[in-house]
Amino acid sequence: MSLLEIENVTKTYDALTVLTDVSLLVETGEIIAIIGRSGSGKSTLLRCINGLESIQAGRIVIDGVEVNDPGTDLRKLRQQVGIVFQGFNLFPHLSVCRNITLAPTVTKGIAEADARELAREALVSVGLEDKIDAYPDQLSGGQQQRVAIARSLAMQPKLMLFDEITSALDPELTGEVLRVLEEMSRTGMTMVLVTHEMGFARRFGSRVVFMHEGRVWEQGPAADTLGKPKTKELETFLNAVLH
Amino acid sequence: MTYTLQFRDVFASWEYLLQGVVTTLYLSSIVIIFGFLIGVICAAGRIYANRVLRMVIGGYVEAIRNTPLLVQLFIVFFGLPGFGLRFDATTAAVITFTVNLGAYSTEIVRAGLQSIPRAQIEAGFALGLSGPQVFRYVILSPALKMMFPALASQFILLMLATSIASQISVNDLFHAASIIQSRTFRDFEVYLVVGVLYLALALIFRVAFALIYKLAFGRR
Ligand SMILES: Nc1ncnc2c1ncn2[C@@H]1O[C@H](COP(=O)(O)OP(=O)(O)OP(=O)(O)O)[C@@H](O)[C@H]1O
Ligand SMILES: [Mg+2]
Repeated sequence: MSLLEIENVTKTYDALTVLTDVSLLVETGEIIAIIGRSGSGKSTLLRCINGLESIQAGRIVIDGVEVNDPGTDLRKLRQQVGIVFQGFNLFPHLSVCRNITLAPTVTKGIAEADARELAREALVSVGLEDKIDAYPDQLSGGQQQRVAIARSLAMQPKLMLFDEITSALDPELTGEVLRVLEEMSRTGMTMVLVTHEMGFARRFGSRVVFMHEGRVWEQGPAADTLGKPKTKELETFLNAVLH
Repeated sequence: MTYTLQFRDVFASWEYLLQGVVTTLYLSSIVIIFGFLIGVICAAGRIYANRVLRMVIGGYVEAIRNTPLLVQLFIVFFGLPGFGLRFDATTAAVITFTVNLGAYSTEIVRAGLQSIPRAQIEAGFALGLSGPQVFRYVILSPALKMMFPALASQFILLMLATSIASQISVNDLFHAASIIQSRTFRDFEVYLVVGVLYLALALIFRVAFALIYKLAFGRR
């Protein structure tokens, strides 16, 4: 059984079909890079995986739990699936520590004192333990994004989703965030990331999934798929982003 | 002709003034607490409740914000007894002011709640928080922080406006002024002293609000 099973998923907004018959299996420890043009449905797919969006057909199963089963406790499920967004979305009124400990304390009943230790550990893994008492507006974009990653990690998820988490950052800050991902890949974390960083996808992606017009158009091992695209659409896309 | 200021007679009635200050302070505090609670509940209702409830709350807010406070006070004190609802003057004043402040607070809190970016709300859900948890920690708390200055101003306006309670003979600060004035005929001195006392009350409230802000939202 795969950690994440996406089977024939279709997602529509009223008359607009955004995902068509999408299927994807992700094994524990895999790093999947999703690439594709703007509007191809990459973000929507991630949002369906943790139940932020409903699907109209198909199934999404995470570690044996079906996301779209009405009987599923979405809160429990989301505690096991971290997601980090392009815009960081830290809570501006809370300190870094509290940003990280909010969910563990209110959903898992972890005591304040233990929670601070948890926050510290999560911050160590993103190299920001000295910022534990800072506020989001005192951090650079790259630091905010690393805190957002730490916030997800503190929930000890089985699966991490990343949606273009470096797109709002300049190259230098992008580098520091990618290094955190690199570090995470060594711990064996399963990751699905939507990215425009082809270099990163090639080096660390175990697999690349190319989405086009709401479908999984082509997928395969990172180096092969990016090096020798089989479809014209992927070739066009790669030419556009690489040149 | 020269007018000599003469405060002795005014201060001779200090017991009335003290009584008035205490009444105004106590009346305003109760009204602020309950008016604020109504504001939070109605603001949440106005955004998240079903259509009917949203319309009811909208009607309440608009009715209150578009009629004079004095008219509202007279309706409660002189009008409602006609329907068998009879309140003593202080109770009538507390009810009127609370309902009034509730309406204004609703609008302020609502603006705050609606200013929280969707993305933050989503981040809350994505972390596994429940709806009520997201409301409390991700929406309400930063909204109140943001709207705190506006709320504090509204509360102080309300405190000053409670002076009209003297119209139904609640023995508040303004009522004390009227009594002293009718005894001493020292109009200028009386209202000057009372004005300064209201100013002092307003400052006390401001300091209290600043402390509450620090406790609730301050960075540690
Ligand atoms: N809430 C929504 N309501 C209606 N349509 C939506 C909604 N969210 C997304 N869409 C549409 O779904 C399609 C896919 O959007 P999505 O955000 O998944 O694309 P994407 O591949 O992530 O693009 P980008 O690279 O620009 O982030 C787009 O056509 C978009 O307009
Ligand atoms: Mg997107």
